[in-house]
Parts: sequence; structure tokens; C-alpha cells
Amino acid sequence: MMNSTPAPTRELAPARPTWHIVLVRPETMTFLLLLFGLVGASFLSPFFLDAGYILRSFTLTAEMSIVALVLTMVVISGEIDLSPAANMALSACIFAWVQDAGVPLPIAVIVGLLAGLAMGALNAFMSIRMQLPSIIVTIGTLIFFRGLAQVIAGDRSIRVPDSFIGINNVMIAGIPLPVVIFVLVAILLGLVLGTTAVGRQIYQIGTNQQAALHAGINAKKIKVGLFLVLGLVSAAAGIMAASRLGSVRYDLVLGGELQMVLMAMLGGTYIFGGRGTILGTFLAAWLLVIVSTGMTVANLLPAIQLTVLGILLIVAIIATNFIYARTQR
Amino acid sequence: MTLVRSILLRREAGIVVMIFAFCLAVGLYKPHFLTVQSLRIILLLVPLIMIGAMAQMLVLVARHVDLSIGSILGFSAMVVGLMYREFPDIYWLVGFPVAILTGAFLGLGNGLLVTIFRLPSIIVTLGTLSLYRGLTFIISDARQINRSVIPTELKAMSRTSPIFDIPWIILIAFGVALMTYVVARHTQLGRQIYALGSNPEAAPLRGIDVAKVTLVVFTLAGALSGLAGILYASRWGFVNPSNTGAGFEFQVIAAVVIGGVSINGGVGTVSGTVLGVLLLGCVSAALPLLGIPGSTQNAIYGAVILIALLIDRSVRQRGVTSLSRAAS
Repeated sequence: MMNSTPAPTRELAPARPTWHIVLVRPETMTFLLLLFGLVGASFLSPFFLDAGYILRSFTLTAEMSIVALVLTMVVISGEIDLSPAANMALSACIFAWVQDAGVPLPIAVIVGLLAGLAMGALNAFMSIRMQLPSIIVTIGTLIFFRGLAQVIAGDRSIRVPDSFIGINNVMIAGIPLPVVIFVLVAILLGLVLGTTAVGRQIYQIGTNQQAALHAGINAKKIKVGLFLVLGLVSAAAGIMAASRLGSVRYDLVLGGELQMVLMAMLGGTYIFGGRGTILGTFLAAWLLVIVSTGMTVANLLPAIQLTVLGILLIVAIIATNFIYARTQR
Repeated sequence: MTLVRSILLRREAGIVVMIFAFCLAVGLYKPHFLTVQSLRIILLLVPLIMIGAMAQMLVLVARHVDLSIGSILGFSAMVVGLMYREFPDIYWLVGFPVAILTGAFLGLGNGLLVTIFRLPSIIVTLGTLSLYRGLTFIISDARQINRSVIPTELKAMSRTSPIFDIPWIILIAFGVALMTYVVARHTQLGRQIYALGSNPEAAPLRGIDVAKVTLVVFTLAGALSGLAGILYASRWGFVNPSNTGAGFEFQVIAAVVIGGVSINGGVGTVSGTVLGVLLLGCVSAALPLLGIPGSTQNAIYGAVILIALLIDRSVRQRGVTSLSRAAS
């Protein structure tokens, strides 16, 4: 009958106000830190109020920032890759070596990109096909790629042709080309992750791979794809770095994996997967530029900068974990 | 028959075969490789890696990983070097407790971050890898500790020998391996480390204090890296803020993974790790003899890690299929 007693409704928790939701997002924290850093740095030196100065400084880490954007997606899917910095070095070395041997420039670029793709495929094969933990696999490939770069380049630096040098001096509407590429890649990946079905599937895989499989998501295919894209983008970034530096050595961006992971963590990407945004990493990349140029302007030793980066990584991951633990319910 | 079979099926047997096959192959090409003198060269290459491998083995068995041991090595060596420079009159043996305690302190730092904040050890130690390296630069003012500062007695430990013409540092390394064996196999702590690594969820249910065991493991790893730090000063006679211990963690992980320590925790033996270290030592000693440039070493280490991971997986897979066959 109609007059049966209604099922006891559970007391709904009052909806949290919008400002509360926005405020506890890790990207908000990154953004506030960025503003704070900018204000602090401009007291340190008036250079920081000059947008051109910041843009020029950004070209120094633009390549790594681009890779960090893709790395963010890999981490969201529940994997990690520590080898992109070594991939950048090896791809750049192969590119420079091949064109030094007389191969035309465009073909040398393609060879370098294919090498990066192959490195991504090796990571994907070991971590996804062989189901080994990506964290240890990519430590192995990190050593392997860097070692191969050392075999190819030895202790010398391989020059790239003059016509190829200077990507950081190419300006588009007053903005250095690497920065433009970074912004475009960020917009593209942000759209993929935020608005497409594949993007939603990446979050689902990272949150609960088992559930994602039951929902009919081909987790393996998506993860293999992410590793391949990361390999390809790392190679492109390595070749960009070769163009900026004018020559290639095997120790190109040595230790860069720290900064890439740091950008993702500072941007609020959850190390265990399932959470994080491209916007967060985008903001964190700028934050890191402010911090490191700030330290350079303040005449701090590079060694102290290393210490600060290490502390930042640990603080960032503690803060992110804390925020997510609070908002879990 | 079953005894022979069970010995042959062990991981250690495979590594022994690989060592013999490798040495024979190199020896056929360069007979000089199969002499006592080259054995000495091999053994002198391995003490630091041996000690680091014992540290990393304990950490891996507990299902963690420590990437910072190279930086801990460098920092401890630098602290000791600075001590010798600032207090030239100090008794040289004081360096050992100082280095070990410094390392233990840094290792404890890793352990606290991992246990208090429940962070993955790989990210924490990636952070402390650069943090401790940066601190090494800061305390040393980015300057090297020179040969003249290191006490002669300490440097002599790498050449003089108490017994059978085997230098001190080799004896110390094997002593550390023996002690690790005793801890791992014959103490409560050792069993708890294995239990924790085999199943972190079940360990507290069995009454294991997970936080305590984790802290002890990281502190031990730090202490051993500190010991390796002072032995570095003995072996090479200098301490450099950027070179000392850089890349050490990778050599160590290579040795440990070859030795059959599982990255999934709970599995690993001291004998396997020792053999893994020796195999790496043979490879490193053979490269210059074969005229292969030293720059290939890192590529070989990397390839060896990847191959060891694949072998490890196929062994595990075979174990799973044979178990399920036995069950049906």
C-alpha cells in the first residue's frame, strides 16, 4: 500500500560550502605558494616584477616541466617513471651522434624521437606486460639509459649544428618558444585529462584498478599508451634541451627525475594514484622557477638549492597526503 | 638426490654457475684473469658495495627501498674527514664510531619520515638523496678533503693485512656480511623484518611493532652506509662532496637484485647477496682487461638489473604454476 512507513533516511551531512571545497584543493595551496613566492622574490630583487626575466628563466627548466606534465598523468594512473631524465639525455645523445655522423637534421630528429619511443616501450614492456613494479623497473632503466648515453658520448660533448641552436631565443609574441610549447602541451593534456573519457578512465585506474577492470576499462592499454607518450615527449624535451645548450653531454639534466617528481608532487598529485591535475603541475613548474631563480639571485650555492629541493619534495608529499587524508570522507 | 636437487634449484647455485662461466670465458681470452692477483683486484673492488648491499638487502626485505645510501655514505665520510682536518691530534679509530653514528642518524631520519607520515620510502629517500648530498656540500663548503688529512693508519687498512695477506677492509666487509647473516637468520628482529616484508598487513596482527622494525631497518641501513663512508676514505684517501658515494645506490641495488632479493619484500638471503656482489666485482674487474672502456659500466649495471628482474619474475611465475599444479 501507499501508506507504508518511509524507509528511515540517513541524516545527510550538510554540503560543504564552495569556498571550503576550493580552499582545500592542493592546487589552491600551490597557487598561494606561487603568489607568496613571487611577492617574496620581488622584495629580494626587482627583477622578479619583470615578466620577461621570469619567462627567460623558465626556458631553463621548460623541457623538464613539459615532461612533468605527462609524468603527472602516469602517476595519476598509479604508476611512476623515474627514467625520463635519463631518456632525455640518451635521446639527445643519439640525435646529436646521428647528425654528427652526417645524417640530415630532420631524419636525426626523427631517429631521436623513435629512440625515446623505444625507451618508453621498454618501460611499458617491463612494468605492464611483465607486471613488475614500475618504480624499480624505471630505476633500472634510469641507470641503463644514462649508461648507454655515456657509452655513446663518452666524456666529450657532441655539438649540434649552428642552425639548430637557440630554441630559447625564438620568440612568439614576445614569449620564448619553449614556454609557448609548455603552455600548449599543458592545455592539451589538461583537456584530455579533464574532459575526455580516456581522462576519466585514467583517474579510475589510479583509484582502483580492479574496479576499473570490472567496469570494462582496458587498463593495460591505457598505461602502455601513457608510457609510450612519456617516452616520446621525453625525447622531444631532450632534443629541445640540445637546441638550447648547443651541445650534448651524457650528463644532460642529471638528477632531473627529482625535479620532475617534485613538480608533480608540489602540484598536488597523489603518489598512490587517482588524484592530481595538470593545472597543479603547471602551477608547480612556475613555483619551482621562482624558487630556484630566487635562490640564484640571492647568491645561494647550488648545493643549498639541492637541499631546498629535497626538503620541498618531502614537505610537498606530506602536505598532499595530509590534505587527501582530511578530505577522504 | 633430493638434496642435490634442492641445492641446484636454489638461486645461489645459478649465480655461482654464472660467476664460474663468466670467469672461465674471460680467462680463456685473457689467462691473466685466472690468477690470485686478479682475485685480489676483484676483492678490493667489492668491500664498499658489499656493506651497502647488506644495508639495502635488509631494507628491501622489509618491502622498502633506500635511494639515499650513497648520499649518507658521502655525508658520513665528509663528517669524518672534517673531524680529521679540524682535530689532527684525534685518535684515528674515533672516526669509526663517528661515521657509523652519523649514518645511523641520517638513516633514522628516513625511517621517521616513512613511519610518522606513512610516506612511500622511494619518494622520501629520493628527497633525502638530494637533501643529504646538499648538506654534504654545505658542511664542507664545497671543498674536498685531501689525502694528507686522512690518517695514515686509516689509509693503511686498505693495504695492510692481519692475516693471509687479505687487507682489513675486505675482512670488515665479510664480517659485516656474517653479522647480517646472524641478524637475519637467528634473531627475533630478523624474523620480524622478513614477516613485515612478506605481508605488511598481517605483521601487526602477529604482534610485530611495524613502526619499530621499520625504524630499526632504516637506522641499520644508515649505520652501515656510514661505515662504508669511512672505508671510502680509507680506500681512496680523499672525500669529495660531489663524487663520494654518488651513484653508489645504483651499484648496490644492481648487486642486491642479482643476488635474488625480491623487490616485493620478504625474500632475500645474505649468501645470495654476497654472490651478487662478487659477480658484479668480476664484471668490473674484467672490463679493463678486455679493453672495454669504463664508461660502459653503468650501462652494464642497468642491463644487469633489468635482466635480473626478468629472471626473478620467471622464477616466481614457475613457482606459482607448480604450486597450482600440486594443488589440483
